[in-house]
Amino acid sequence: MATEHVHVARTLMDHLPVLVVLVPFLAAPLTVLLGSQRLAWPIAFVSSLVSFLISIKLLMQVIDGGVISYHIGGWAPPLGIEYRIDAANAFVLLLVSAIGTIVMPYTVQSIKSEISERHHTLFYTMYLLCFTGLLGVVATGDAFNVFVFLEISSLSTYVLVAMGAKADKRALTAAYDYLIMGTIGATFFVIGIGFLYAGTGTLNMADIAAHISTNGADRTIETAFAFIVVGMGLKVAIYPLHLWLPNAYTYAPSAVTSFLAATATKVAIYVLLRFMFSVFQPDFLFEINALRWIMIPLALVAMFAASLIAVFQSDLKRMLAYSSIAQIGYILLGIGLLSATGLSGAIVHLFNHGITKAALFMGVGALVLRSGSSFYARIEGMGKVMPWTSFAIVIAGLSLIGVPGTAGFISKWVLVQAALEQGWWPIALAVVASSLLAIIYVWRVIEVLYMAQPADPTRREAPLSMLIPLWIMALSTIWFGLDTDMTMSAARAAADGLLNGFSIGGTSVGH
Amino acid sequence: MMVDIIPTAFLFFLAAMVAPFVPVVLRSVLLVALPILAGFQIWYLPEGMLLQVGFFGFELELMRVDPMARIFGLVFSLAAFLGNLYAWHVRDTVQQVAALLYAGSAIGAVFAGDLITLFFYWEGTAIASVFLIWARRTEGAYHTGIRYLVVQIGSGVILIAGAALFYRETGSIAFENMTLGSLATWLIFLSFGIKCAFPLMHNWLQDAYPAATVTGTVILSAFTTKLAVYALARGFAGTEILIYIGAIMTLFPIFYAVIENDLRRVLAYSLNNQLGFMVVGIGIGTELALNGTVAHAFAHILYKALLFMSVGAVLFRTGTAKGSELGGLYRTMPLTMIFCVIGAASISAFPLFSGFVTKSLILSASAKEHYYYIWAILLFASAGVFHHSGIKIPYFAFFAHDSGLRPKEAPPHMLIAMGIASFFCIAVGVYPQPLYALLPYEVEYISYTTTHVITQMQLLMFSALAFTVLMRTGIYPPELRSVNLDSDWSYRWLLPRMIRKIATVVAAIWNGILSFLTQRLKNIIAGLYHSHGPEGRMASTWPTGAMVIWISVLLGTTLIVSFFG
Repeated sequence: MATEHVHVARTLMDHLPVLVVLVPFLAAPLTVLLGSQRLAWPIAFVSSLVSFLISIKLLMQVIDGGVISYHIGGWAPPLGIEYRIDAANAFVLLLVSAIGTIVMPYTVQSIKSEISERHHTLFYTMYLLCFTGLLGVVATGDAFNVFVFLEISSLSTYVLVAMGAKADKRALTAAYDYLIMGTIGATFFVIGIGFLYAGTGTLNMADIAAHISTNGADRTIETAFAFIVVGMGLKVAIYPLHLWLPNAYTYAPSAVTSFLAATATKVAIYVLLRFMFSVFQPDFLFEINALRWIMIPLALVAMFAASLIAVFQSDLKRMLAYSSIAQIGYILLGIGLLSATGLSGAIVHLFNHGITKAALFMGVGALVLRSGSSFYARIEGMGKVMPWTSFAIVIAGLSLIGVPGTAGFISKWVLVQAALEQGWWPIALAVVASSLLAIIYVWRVIEVLYMAQPADPTRREAPLSMLIPLWIMALSTIWFGLDTDMTMSAARAAADGLLNGFSIGGTSVGH
Repeated sequence: MMVDIIPTAFLFFLAAMVAPFVPVVLRSVLLVALPILAGFQIWYLPEGMLLQVGFFGFELELMRVDPMARIFGLVFSLAAFLGNLYAWHVRDTVQQVAALLYAGSAIGAVFAGDLITLFFYWEGTAIASVFLIWARRTEGAYHTGIRYLVVQIGSGVILIAGAALFYRETGSIAFENMTLGSLATWLIFLSFGIKCAFPLMHNWLQDAYPAATVTGTVILSAFTTKLAVYALARGFAGTEILIYIGAIMTLFPIFYAVIENDLRRVLAYSLNNQLGFMVVGIGIGTELALNGTVAHAFAHILYKALLFMSVGAVLFRTGTAKGSELGGLYRTMPLTMIFCVIGAASISAFPLFSGFVTKSLILSASAKEHYYYIWAILLFASAGVFHHSGIKIPYFAFFAHDSGLRPKEAPPHMLIAMGIASFFCIAVGVYPQPLYALLPYEVEYISYTTTHVITQMQLLMFSALAFTVLMRTGIYPPELRSVNLDSDWSYRWLLPRMIRKIATVVAAIWNGILSFLTQRLKNIIAGLYHSHGPEGRMASTWPTGAMVIWISVLLGTTLIVSFFG
């Protein structure tokens, strides 16, 4: 079923796997070099749009289980760097580039009020770099290259978070904390890769996988596994390693939060998946143990503890940050179940939660624009003065709960199915029970927005440039709740691809 | 597979989406015209499974058209038409949209060929209908609405739980006749039972219907319970326990109905009693009995709507529906009075009115299957119906002592709606063949045999006689706020007191347990707030060092698990 297109590239179409990363990567310095505030936005928007279109094209090429292998500079792997596109990463590429593009128009108004004027050009540079980094992490098939792109995205993220300092100085400490944490995580990750290199003598992921599956695992490789999982786990915000997330999301500018919440952790999860299932084979005992005794318990703790914290929050943006941690718990749970259904549940939730959270944070940004803060006390009664924004928040909130007919329902349903498939009905119950907590925290928002009198009835609705991206996101949560063909088949193909590892295409790589 | 057909329910949903943006006058036209359109569509639909939609690996059957679904679809469209016509004067967008969504969901449910589709529409009716109660916009209506919603949503949740188990057991989600036995079927049965207001699960009905708006009650009365009847007839025909449940349903509301003062609540109780007849028919499950159930549901929707409309018109004009505050209205509301009497005659099953030709089908079926006790109970219940709905409603609203109220006649659109409903009530009674032709099974039945007519007339005449005697001898002084027309004193005085005594004890125990649990719950929440609240340990932002510790702990654990696991 899987066919390997070895790179004999001559036409532009054959260069798509690298172009998806290259376009924003080249656009980023361009914005600085031109130095024009007027041109920065169009450049950023066009380049992210191009990436988005390329991602669609790539997903269409690989959705049937195909794999595209692109050799950078014509150097064949394992010596050269390989970009490897299959259903799993094409799907994540699509998510990242879609969110990156849709958030773009939203940034215009949002950063005007939240970021000081002189940083505007720089904002787009950083945004593009972060975008590039995330896409690069996903597209590449080279372990060290993952680290490089991860650092590109992380460093630019720290800057982006710090830009929230105009509204609240605490953004600086949040960015600093994130910097320290993120660096530790990245260091762990690179140590892990070092061990892998020591153990296998190669950095190409497919090659590492082939080496491990023929020679088996030894202590070095097991240690590498632990370092990589923990290091990446920090980027994912696995439960006790989530501490950087609430502050970073709360104090970053709204546009940044919308973009990051929907993409950054999701990309980290993708890396985790790629390493756990493709590089290390899950049939190794040590990995099963790690998943069963570490991943699943932590996922369950996250689902409840973070949801409870979210219930008691009094700041909408912070509440959503904690709910993100809880939702990541669902995704990890799906991964921990170690089955095709569980994995596709995790992947589809990764997508569905991405769009849901993007919509919610955009809605918060619009509220902040008009009310100056996202504290419940400040946004009381906004349902009356900002009906469009508020209703979009309600729709996305329903998806966050997992109400039938919304995207959130689909992924939770698959997760519950996956748990029942293995006869783990307490876990299925836990998914449902923690959704009840989600009902509480979403209901509190609805109550704040609709059941109180607005503090200042003269406030206006958010500008269209914010409302349109917001509603695209909100409606897409409904769209993907009703039409599950695209997401489910892509997630299914991705899960199958991951579970098969590189075993199918793996042999032909070293030729 | 045909794709070029729009499910009838979607017509309503479409209209509901458009309605808020249509100018006010056009909106009323839309509301009235749409059910007619839907009715025509249903009439001309070919039979079979017309539309499949893939959902998550399941094949959903959105349009299963067969005679049973068709007749329910038709009468629901008719009821929607009458209800919307009656509500012509209403300018409340919420009510109008809710009415459309509600009718659409009910019709959608009738055509659902599988349990998942049924579930979606089932919840649809619950959610849409509650707005008709809330539309009254009083504190009481809000709380009633919440109670109603909890029960209705609960019914839906039980349904989907049952459906999930059913799928696991049988591997099918098709909505066909089931036999009680497994947990799955019991859950589905229970969910239908709640919506059908089985005894002890019935309180939501008397609670909610009288609390809705004048027009809302008319619409409410048509769909929810009859949808449940349809679901039972489709899913549990021939389930014997239904016969006894139905028999109890015909009996117990009578006693409540006779001591009730609010006329709309009386009608709610009598609705429950009429449902009992249908449930008995389903329980018997023969072709004759099912025909009877379906026919009775058809007739019932119309005359019950008519009765609610006439009492609603009185409420609309006078502001009260309490029997003790009304009376003598025939002087100024003669047409409403006539329509009310026609509705009362129909529900009492007077010959030449619709109730007679449909109820006798069920009675005959019970006799034919040798359920003589049941037959006797149904007969007694018929007499009870005549007392509380046939005589009490028109008598206390329009005759009795003169209340001094001189309201205007009901507005024209209400009169037209009532007139059309009356026409159908009489037409079905006089010439039942077209209705019989629509029934699911072949009918070779003649209602107007001498025996039937005489039995029924004896029953009615003696009831009327009893009523007259009791009124004349002054046993029931008119100033009593709730007037018991039933001869039995014990039910008015003794039973309530006994019940009250028992209730006090039960309530005390219940309250004790409840307050204990509430206290525990409060403590738990306080504890959780302490740990997870914004100032709690769990939510505090820890110093960077704390996280580094966590990283090393996690790394250590992972290593240990990997090495020694």
